Amino acid sequence: MISIQGLKKSFGSQEVIKNVDLEIEQGKVVVIIGPSGSGKSTLLRCLNVLETPNGGVLSIDGQKLDFNSAVSKKSISAFRRLTGMVFQSYNLFPHLTTTGNVTEGLTTVKGLSRKEAVKKAELLLDKVGLAEHKDKYSFQLSGGQQQRVAIARALAMDPKVMLFDEPTSALDPELVGEVLRVMKDLAHEGMTMAVVTHEMRFAKEVADEVIFIDQGVIVERGAPAEIFNYPKHERTKKFLSLLQV
Amino acid sequence: MYLNTIALSPERIQRFQEIASTSIGPLIEGAIKYTIPLAIIAFSIGLIIAIFTALARISSSKFLRAIARVYVSIIRGTPLLVQLFIIFYGLPTIGITIDPFPSAIIGFSLNVGAYASEIIRAAILSIPKGQWEAAYSIGMNYSQALRKIVLPQAARVSVPPLSNSFIGLVKDTSLAATILVAETFRRAQEIASMNYEFLFVYVMAALVYWVICFILSIIQGRIEIRLDRVVGKTGGLS
Repeated sequence: MISIQGLKKSFGSQEVIKNVDLEIEQGKVVVIIGPSGSGKSTLLRCLNVLETPNGGVLSIDGQKLDFNSAVSKKSISAFRRLTGMVFQSYNLFPHLTTTGNVTEGLTTVKGLSRKEAVKKAELLLDKVGLAEHKDKYSFQLSGGQQQRVAIARALAMDPKVMLFDEPTSALDPELVGEVLRVMKDLAHEGMTMAVVTHEMRFAKEVADEVIFIDQGVIVERGAPAEIFNYPKHERTKKFLSLLQV
Repeated sequence: MYLNTIALSPERIQRFQEIASTSIGPLIEGAIKYTIPLAIIAFSIGLIIAIFTALARISSSKFLRAIARVYVSIIRGTPLLVQLFIIFYGLPTIGITIDPFPSAIIGFSLNVGAYASEIIRAAILSIPKGQWEAAYSIGMNYSQALRKIVLPQAARVSVPPLSNSFIGLVKDTSLAATILVAETFRRAQEIASMNYEFLFVYVMAALVYWVICFILSIIQGRIEIRLDRVVGKTGGLS
């Protein structure tokens, strides 16, 4: 489903991702953990080319992008459409209502009629439990509600894979649960997901695989029970002990 | 004796009343036929120039950035009056003759384009990077992200400074008097040169500008309240 081969990314002289290989099977939920600055967010952002890799081959659902040679903007846009992204800071469009946030991509990118788009938005907002907030602007919503709108916005584009970049890190603790619940539902429906998070409970309950990244390399990967209970590497042990899991 | 002739005698006051009633018509006509259209047309064209200039200035192309920078620098670094003279009195000497009104449109549009481009550039840059990223993440390309997500938000940010520019432009159009556009101030000059009541006539012209700008500032206030509501500064339910 997702295949990453020899992925490299540098910011200036600093190498943030060093030759990472990774496969994610269809319908699997992969949780990526690692210390701050380990490159975990960058890895995720390379997957939808918000960061342009300096080298390597990405492939999602049979579509390939080879960064060892020049890549056109058009092929990046097409590739990006396979993914949906949820950001730490929600990034809702503040000039649009909840419904507008969800329909914008449908009308502008997919060319749906306004009516079809609104219909689809209603289904999705219902799914994330925000049907009654469809006409509100983002400033009228709580963080948890905003993040659920962001999830609906991403889902509207029918992505093959959902990318979550610390989706609950900016939330007040009491609002984390409602977002995780929506993510769990998605996972149970068989969505392929890559999740960067510090929510270890979510990782234990939902992840098929946990990947520990440090200094731009995958240090260790395995089933959650394995990684959390029997970490093999010193760095993983140290990181997990700091998290007190 | 001399003092008496410039004093406000009853005869003089009556003369003022006559001048007021005969000249207010031409002054307002100048405003409606020239001052206001000139300001609106030049501002509209100028805004289009400004958007493209702003985009050029933040583009990744060195060439576009350089062109935009030179344009802005030339317009901002030279007096508007000199620009108008170059267009209207200068260009005919190389065979390009443009009528007064179109000359004024060109001059003011270029001027608005340069100044407003800085406002729009700042407004675009003030939109958080996350908005671009969110737009890209749902499959938009650069121009879609710009048109649908960034410019609508930048427009709200730039309304207050742009409306100030517009009010400034309304007043600047009086410079078109020097290139024979029969706008408010030129009418005033013509009237005053006939009756020699310079103070009275020019004050009347000033009042005409003031009324226009006063109305504009009320409209500006209304627009800002509405926009604030949409972007959530006031928190009012819409």
